[in-house]
Amino acid sequence: MLHAAFLIPLFPLVGFAVLVVGGRRLGNPLAGWLATAMVGLSFVTTVVVFAGLFERAPGRRSFTQTWWNWFSVDRLHVSAGVLVDPLSMTMALFVTGVSTLIHLYSIGYMEHDEQFPKFFLYLNLFVSSMLLLVLGGNFVMTFLGWEGVGVCSYFLIAFWFDRPSAASAGKKAMIFNRIGDAGFLLAMFLIYERTGSLQYQTVFARLGHVGGDSLVAIALLLFLGATGKSAQLPLYPWLADAMEGPTPVSALIHAATMVTAGVYLMCRISPILHLAPDAGHVIAIIGGATAFVGATIACAQTDIKKILAYSTISQLGYMFMAAGVGAYVAAIFLMLTHAFYKALLFLGAGSVIHAMNDEQNTKVMGGLRALMPITGGTFLVAWLAIGGVPPFAGFWSKGDVLLNAWGYSPALYVLGALTAVLTAYYLGRCYMLVFSGKARWVEARATGDGTSRGHAEPALEADTSNPNVPHERIAAPAGPASHGRLHPHDPGWVMTVPLVVLAFCSVFGGLINLPFHPSFVFLERWLNPVVGRALFNPHLGAGSEIIFAVIDAVLALFGVALAYSLWRTAVYRREVEPTFLERAWFIDWSYDRLLARNSTRMAAFTSAVVESRVIDGAVNGFAVLWRRSGTVLRRVQTGYVRNYALGIMAGLVVLLAWVASRTFS
Amino acid sequence: MNTGFPYLTVLVLLPAGAALLTAVLPSRSRALMRAVGWAGSLATLGVAVAATVAFSSGDGNFQMVTVHPWISALGISWALGVDGISLFLVLMTAVLFPVAMGGSGRHGGDKSFVAWMLLLEAGCLGSFLSLDLLVFFLFFELTLVPVYFLITGWGYERRGYAATKFFLYTLGASAFLLVGILSLVGLHAQQTGVTTFDVRQLASTHLTGTEGVLLFLAFTAAFAVKAPIFPFHTWSPDAYRESPAAGAVVLAGVMAKLGTYGIIRFDLELFPRAVVTLAPVLLTLGVIGIIYGGIVAAVQRDLKRLVAYSSLAHLGFIVVGAFALTGPALSGAVLQMVNHGIYTAALFLLIAMIYRRLGSFSTKDLTGLQRKAPVLAGIFTLTMLASIGVPGLNGFVGEFLILSGTFLTHRWWAVAATAGVIVAAIYLLWAYQQVFHGTPTEKEESFTEITWREGLYMAPLVGIIVFLGVFPGPVLNRITPSVDRLVTHVEHVAHANIPAPGQPVVAASHSANGGNK
Repeated sequence: MLHAAFLIPLFPLVGFAVLVVGGRRLGNPLAGWLATAMVGLSFVTTVVVFAGLFERAPGRRSFTQTWWNWFSVDRLHVSAGVLVDPLSMTMALFVTGVSTLIHLYSIGYMEHDEQFPKFFLYLNLFVSSMLLLVLGGNFVMTFLGWEGVGVCSYFLIAFWFDRPSAASAGKKAMIFNRIGDAGFLLAMFLIYERTGSLQYQTVFARLGHVGGDSLVAIALLLFLGATGKSAQLPLYPWLADAMEGPTPVSALIHAATMVTAGVYLMCRISPILHLAPDAGHVIAIIGGATAFVGATIACAQTDIKKILAYSTISQLGYMFMAAGVGAYVAAIFLMLTHAFYKALLFLGAGSVIHAMNDEQNTKVMGGLRALMPITGGTFLVAWLAIGGVPPFAGFWSKGDVLLNAWGYSPALYVLGALTAVLTAYYLGRCYMLVFSGKARWVEARATGDGTSRGHAEPALEADTSNPNVPHERIAAPAGPASHGRLHPHDPGWVMTVPLVVLAFCSVFGGLINLPFHPSFVFLERWLNPVVGRALFNPHLGAGSEIIFAVIDAVLALFGVALAYSLWRTAVYRREVEPTFLERAWFIDWSYDRLLARNSTRMAAFTSAVVESRVIDGAVNGFAVLWRRSGTVLRRVQTGYVRNYALGIMAGLVVLLAWVASRTFS
Repeated sequence: MNTGFPYLTVLVLLPAGAALLTAVLPSRSRALMRAVGWAGSLATLGVAVAATVAFSSGDGNFQMVTVHPWISALGISWALGVDGISLFLVLMTAVLFPVAMGGSGRHGGDKSFVAWMLLLEAGCLGSFLSLDLLVFFLFFELTLVPVYFLITGWGYERRGYAATKFFLYTLGASAFLLVGILSLVGLHAQQTGVTTFDVRQLASTHLTGTEGVLLFLAFTAAFAVKAPIFPFHTWSPDAYRESPAAGAVVLAGVMAKLGTYGIIRFDLELFPRAVVTLAPVLLTLGVIGIIYGGIVAAVQRDLKRLVAYSSLAHLGFIVVGAFALTGPALSGAVLQMVNHGIYTAALFLLIAMIYRRLGSFSTKDLTGLQRKAPVLAGIFTLTMLASIGVPGLNGFVGEFLILSGTFLTHRWWAVAATAGVIVAAIYLLWAYQQVFHGTPTEKEESFTEITWREGLYMAPLVGIIVFLGVFPGPVLNRITPSVDRLVTHVEHVAHANIPAPGQPVVAASHSANGGNK
């Protein structure tokens, strides 16, 4: 049954192909159900293959499946095929699982969208690409998936392409990713030069001949790719803009799956990172810094999706921190649990946005808990899980990361611990603003004319120039008439079932890798043959683990308490929402001012002066010179190009006729 | 030598004959003209497909060789042959001509238009198939004439200027080529007493370093303008812009490859030592072309000029691949010539569809087209992604082979060229956003979806883009033996003639060079 592995990416690809041809005929909601079924089938196949792998002895849980020879020149052989091992199957399992739930949710969420079939077409292509990314048996196959998910991300961010902000955000995501991709490409060239192969297993077997500097270069170039895809410093700004996409897209691509591809890549190349500790150092520092910066920004955002986006950036930073210190299992553990609660947060946000008629500003929400009990309850679970409150999933996975960080460097631990407090705090702020307090949307809607999105505070109006505050939607992409009073309520079952399932996983997800006793660490035992044991805290006994667990719990509860006390009733507290954080440390702004504008100017200069005046000017100048000096010969030369052309023509016709006659004579 | 059916001679004479037929038929009947155009180009395609099937993979030498003495006293002969390097250029040419005629709209029925197109096809095929330098030169020059008349006859506003510039620039550069050819033949005659224009025999001419370099420069001057290579490119944005759709397709898709093909076929074959000496210069020009073309493309407001500069960047990749002198890079360059021909042709045809509906090439006048024509937008997206080099589509495989092969011998050039991958995304996505995203205004209200007829000639291009991205094996298997033969030849000649002091002459392999860095 292991041979069914090829079906895993194939099912969603077939779904894509069917929807390309007949999506519009299938229509709404059939196209959505077809896409969901295809991803569901892929999930079932993954479970079967996973079970088959599980039955094998731990040392025999890795095999490659070659479909065909993609391209091959000299020693450069690249085959289309997959590598099935515990790491790739773990990834495939959670990707297909979460994708199925989000597909299901989208049937409800996109119900009124006129491009309904196209949405699912992109979504299926995305899942197929993501599966090729994680299953790919060589670097180029992974790169195929890597680019595929990038392209789908571009399509889906710009899904409502008639909004200029959405179109720009899609383009921005693609360009930031391409910068990272250049790093990925160069890493592959270096790997091929040094090892003569791009197949994972062959490359890893030949690492001994590569040399330390090259290994560091390879690791860092691949990490450059990862910073683009996974929105780490300095290539993170695209992710906040990516929130222009429909909310299920944010949940699936920009929270649960695609953005974790960089972390997956770091775990995949763990044999390289083992031999390049300097690179690990850089990765850990960048990860830690991103975790902290992302969390601080999230504290001052008002758009519900932006809060979650910066939260994702921050959590991904944690994962890179873990990978950088060599705690690959912790990185994957956090990735899995994060997928559950971050997808849940986004889907919950989607329900809220729907209920509020496409309002995303948390400042004008409030009091929704009683009206939307399922959404509110599951959002609460997700908050506590991501905040690291015991016994929710995030407590265990984040604790694992922090423990390993401590073993590597106490400074890194402090950064991580601070971020942990902030995480519990900013999501608490978000929860309070949306679900508790007064129902501020009542008066906001009453004063607004119903068509534009009412801002409660004049102060917020001034913020529309701010790139980090959502642009007004030109037209509500979906939704019933936005006139009249709102009646927020929980959505239908296709949308609430995914919420409940994900909430369940967010509560109990920690069970897959509990500390305290070696027989509980299922995930670690499962993944160890692939990523190897690389613990930097061998001196920590069970006693210290408990002490750290207690500290983690206290940190999380402190953050929760802070949020509760500050935001239980308040709506505006500028003292804890400084402009510096609201504008995201002015990083994106300075990219725009320093890089984008100057390079545009430079390109304009190149085109207008270098190209037109210098290079083409030389050509035309030469022609003028030639014409003037040619006055003597004017009688011979008519100066008409068509005469020359016809002359050449006539001569050639005669010659060719002769050739032809000789050929056939 | 001649194996049965004379595929290659027929390939050249069939479109030429069809052109002649058009000339004698009455010009009244546009349908008849159109039919002759279709029949001639499709029959040529059929022969090209048959020749591809008959081509035996695994053989790196010239196949289906036909040699008929022509002017025996001067050693000129009608010598045609095909190998892995030219095979798919021939097939691509045979595909693009009927497609271009399909995409030429109303003037597809003009008598002289059809005649010039068919003659142009004969010229292009003759150039790719000639093994005799003089016959090559004649075909190479012959192509100028139809293009000149196509631009002046059916072009846009500044067609006179563009056509004259194109004609004189390329003709001027060709003068160097003619002098080069005659000098080489003269040198060969001095050494062996045999006067011949056959490239296979001329390859054994012994050249001193200076002679090699001078001849290389003379040949390369013509090819660099034709391709074009930076900084000899300024005729191309004007010529592409003012050409009718079919002209732009052929100019960028097929004729640009005459330049790069000439470099690979003649420069590498005839002057290996000069190639090795001057490779850094050409690699640098290629890399500059990649970056510079991308930067200038990014500020173009005219779609056709944008594609012209993007073309300059893509040809830069091909030049880099040709002068890196490794198997993967050169195979990638040959494959990329085909890839570039296909997706650039598709882009020009799509732009022509937009023009036909709205009468503008300017991004300023166009917006929101995806809302009006999602299928057309989808095909444009696919083509754009192929051009950007997204894996799974044809542009990626060629680009990847070129860059990874170049990295082995010329690391820093490969690194700089990789930056071009970023730039390509910037200008194409920008243009797409301007034209297809956004909300359509009243002007775009009339914009209609792609028609069946248009879909018919886009379909083969889309199919090839996907096929070559997913399954390039059959093509690469036929390219690589010839490329290996050529790379071995270059290494052999270049290194054998260099006295290696104090040690036996060893043909240093590129991997050994790379490993020591």
